[in-house]
Amino acid sequence: MKTTRRQFIKIAGIGTAGVAVAGSVFGSVQKAAEKSLTKASSDSELTRTPTYCEVCFWKCAAWVYKDKEGNIKKLIGNDEDQHARGKLCPRGTGGLGMYYDEDRLKKPLIRRTNADGSQYYEEAEWDVALDFIADKMKGIKKDYGKENMALFVHGAPAKHFEYMFKAFGNENHAEPAYAQCAGPREAGFFATFGSGVGSPEPADMQNSKCIIFIGNHIGENMHNSFVQEVSTAIDNEADIIVVDPRLSTIGAKATHWLPIKPGTDIALLLAWMHVLIYDDLYDKEYIDKYAFGFNELKAHVANYTPEWAAGITTIDPELIRKSAYTMAAAAPAAVIHPGRHTTWYGDDTQRERAMAMINALLGAYGRRGGMYMGVKQKLPKYPVPAFPHPHWSWQNITKKKYKNAAVGLTNVLIDASLPDFPKEHQIKGWFIAGTSFINTIPDRKKMFKAMENQDLIVVVDTMPMEMTGYADVVLPESTYLERYDYSRAGKNRVPQIAFRMPAVEAKYDSKPAWWMAKELGNRLGLEKYYPWKNLEEVLDWQFKQVGSSLEEMKRIGVKTLVSQESIYLLPGEDFEFNTNTGKIELYSTDFAEKGYDPMPKFTRHDSPDPGFYHLVYGRTPMHTFGRTQNNPYLFDLYETNNIWINPRTAKLWGIDNGSELWLKNQDGVISEFSAKARLTERIRPDSIYMVHGFGHTNKKLSRTSGRGINDIPLITNIKIDPIMGGTGMRNNFVTFLLEEPSADEILAAANVDTSKEKSKEPSKEKSKNDTLKEVAKENHTKEEAKL
Amino acid sequence: MAMDTRKCVGCSDCVVACQTENNVPLGFCRDWIVESVKGTYPDTVQMHFKSERCMHCENTPCVRTCPTGASHVIEGGIVKVTPNECIGCGACIESCPYDARYVHPEGYVDKCTFCDHRIAQGMNTACVDVCPTSCLIFGDLDDPKSPVSKVLQEKDWYVIAPEAGTQPQLYFLK
Repeated sequence: MKTTRRQFIKIAGIGTAGVAVAGSVFGSVQKAAEKSLTKASSDSELTRTPTYCEVCFWKCAAWVYKDKEGNIKKLIGNDEDQHARGKLCPRGTGGLGMYYDEDRLKKPLIRRTNADGSQYYEEAEWDVALDFIADKMKGIKKDYGKENMALFVHGAPAKHFEYMFKAFGNENHAEPAYAQCAGPREAGFFATFGSGVGSPEPADMQNSKCIIFIGNHIGENMHNSFVQEVSTAIDNEADIIVVDPRLSTIGAKATHWLPIKPGTDIALLLAWMHVLIYDDLYDKEYIDKYAFGFNELKAHVANYTPEWAAGITTIDPELIRKSAYTMAAAAPAAVIHPGRHTTWYGDDTQRERAMAMINALLGAYGRRGGMYMGVKQKLPKYPVPAFPHPHWSWQNITKKKYKNAAVGLTNVLIDASLPDFPKEHQIKGWFIAGTSFINTIPDRKKMFKAMENQDLIVVVDTMPMEMTGYADVVLPESTYLERYDYSRAGKNRVPQIAFRMPAVEAKYDSKPAWWMAKELGNRLGLEKYYPWKNLEEVLDWQFKQVGSSLEEMKRIGVKTLVSQESIYLLPGEDFEFNTNTGKIELYSTDFAEKGYDPMPKFTRHDSPDPGFYHLVYGRTPMHTFGRTQNNPYLFDLYETNNIWINPRTAKLWGIDNGSELWLKNQDGVISEFSAKARLTERIRPDSIYMVHGFGHTNKKLSRTSGRGINDIPLITNIKIDPIMGGTGMRNNFVTFLLEEPSADEILAAANVDTSKEKSKEPSKEKSKNDTLKEVAKENHTKEEAKL
Repeated sequence: MAMDTRKCVGCSDCVVACQTENNVPLGFCRDWIVESVKGTYPDTVQMHFKSERCMHCENTPCVRTCPTGASHVIEGGIVKVTPNECIGCGACIESCPYDARYVHPEGYVDKCTFCDHRIAQGMNTACVDVCPTSCLIFGDLDDPKSPVSKVLQEKDWYVIAPEAGTQPQLYFLK
């Protein structure tokens, strides 16, 4: 029997006796709750330890509260922290669900093959699993080269494995956070200001008089301090301008909502520039002093009038003009937020550059209420010998084509993982930590081909995410509530260090990433890079270099340091920007040299065929990516996605509110599951919207499996950004299937690994309270109409 | 309590913070989010969220209909249920115009307590403290200087279902 090399294995499948078949966590949490149900614990009965959150990348510092029995009771934001400001978002508040989730990975697992060719996971002790990985890595080093592996990472575990791979002599590291997310804005802002954006984005929104969002749905992407800043701006009666095909949450609070035709943002941005320049609304003094290429830009946008843009964007030219006047009136306390997930149409760096250029025309960069210049306290690196120099790295296979790629690109390393890639630079092993890769990267066909060509795939995670099913070795990581990590010390208004320590002992046989990396390093002969016993030793040394200590950090969680640097330009300051000209480049000399358009141009993107609709996807405030859907607390808040459809569109199809729908994309790919139609006036009739992160197929994610539609398999038309190599994902269109397609149809359409498991009957049980919530919602909505 | 609908983003942090603070079993909640949409695309469509919970009414049908006295009003106007006096008959649930009560799996009726255990210590309710938009304002309505009284003096507000005559004490800012 011939099977694929990499059958999807469900964790706890055949031959994995002993992996506990978890009951519902509802049971356990509820039981714990029942013991003290009549009374909430007073804070004086609880003890607390510091952490910073790992539910998303905002990394808010928090306190973990425990009762006398050592049960984690709640998580509360740290008052001192700039990210949290004493509050966590719903995901952070529900972060304890990550720890309590009984579907967690519990033991290391190794892929084994039976005599009949079928595959299964065998539980292994850590020694066995780590030896297995080290042997395979040594084999790849011998057969191909230590460089011929790729590390794909996200979140806090990244640093530990990057360190280990560098010590091994490998720099082929990539994060979806760049090429599938924030990369274009980094490249676009860098080309303009000589400085990337970073996280948190330095938009000074709490002091702004006008905030502009281009498709950025703040409040639905629950970036904690930003939501707080926007709320402050609302108190200050700041204007808000929102450009979005959907009346997003922030759109509903906006002074101007511009319901733009998807894919036409650059036309709008050019028209805004036209109005700012030709109506003399830009900051002349600022541009004269700091900018290069103004005359070129003025000539470039001469014909890009609001009337020109109206025909492309479907936005009323008067609204385009009016919104430009609104932002100019507030300038320099006005800011176009750079956004975060910006890989949309393949010309994303140019769109982001246009946004950066408008910030320049408004005189916003380096100004209060515009963009501040963040400061940080660097934590020195623990002294170790220099890392070996690799013979080649991601740069050799990336920079010729995508000249402004700043870090490794996941998609380029996946291309290099295909069997027809030149042998010298072919990737033969994947090490993945903290990202469910197949639900993050578009173009699944290629992904499966690349996986087939690997000698080793290791996946580190806390949960049995779909990616774990394709691994040769699965390593169960402790959750952030159970481990030490390197500290958070990014740029902000004042330099701060946030510290994470274990609040409780690690559950099951899970281990922290730093321990896995060190143990693997030792097995690979890299002992000299690990002269320390444990991470506490490293952290204590680092803290002491900046006048603190492990002991102090355990007590305070967040340390604020002093900076002498101003976060705003001083009046009349001669500031040298880190660009070729030392100025803000309205005309990019760097792009011109490299053969890219020095100023953004509008290119028309595809429009959907009749019966098809733009697939617009986004976030809900209760979830992060595809990683939190099984968290019992967050599942309880938002258990599945639905498909937003304008009632006029729905009428053409005979779709009712709540109709069960399947989606099919322009290439014939059919969604694995269905979702309910949500008819709403909040979206354009030519677009549909759904929340990303649902449609989990692994049944071991017992709560979320089979619920909702996953957008990733429907994203098959990828437009690569020629400047930095990001994967534009918004050029995809879907149509509705009103009848359930057969499993064969779905598989034939997807043409993917047919051994992938399918769960056709998601449990649809509803708690009484859900019904209550719905009834309440209906009643109150009706009442609302009366008001 | 007052709730500023201009600022709320409907994130449900108030819901999960209440669950973890008050040991509310998963699958149930004492507070919840309501989304209201009016108008049509593109020119007139509007949307806002409300964070709702027991309105701690001045005129309390839930207390009147309770056959055992489990439902009661404590000093300061907070409406509470004493679990071991409650027989779970559901009369209060029927009489509440706001669907603010549910039957706890242990068989008694449960609802928002305005975190009276926190208020006793001079703290805010958990939902107020956690809210990233600071859209919830809590305080003593009898004290004209309290933040909640001030905001009600300064801003336009409404209550839900005033026609029910219960004199609800959760005010929504427009």
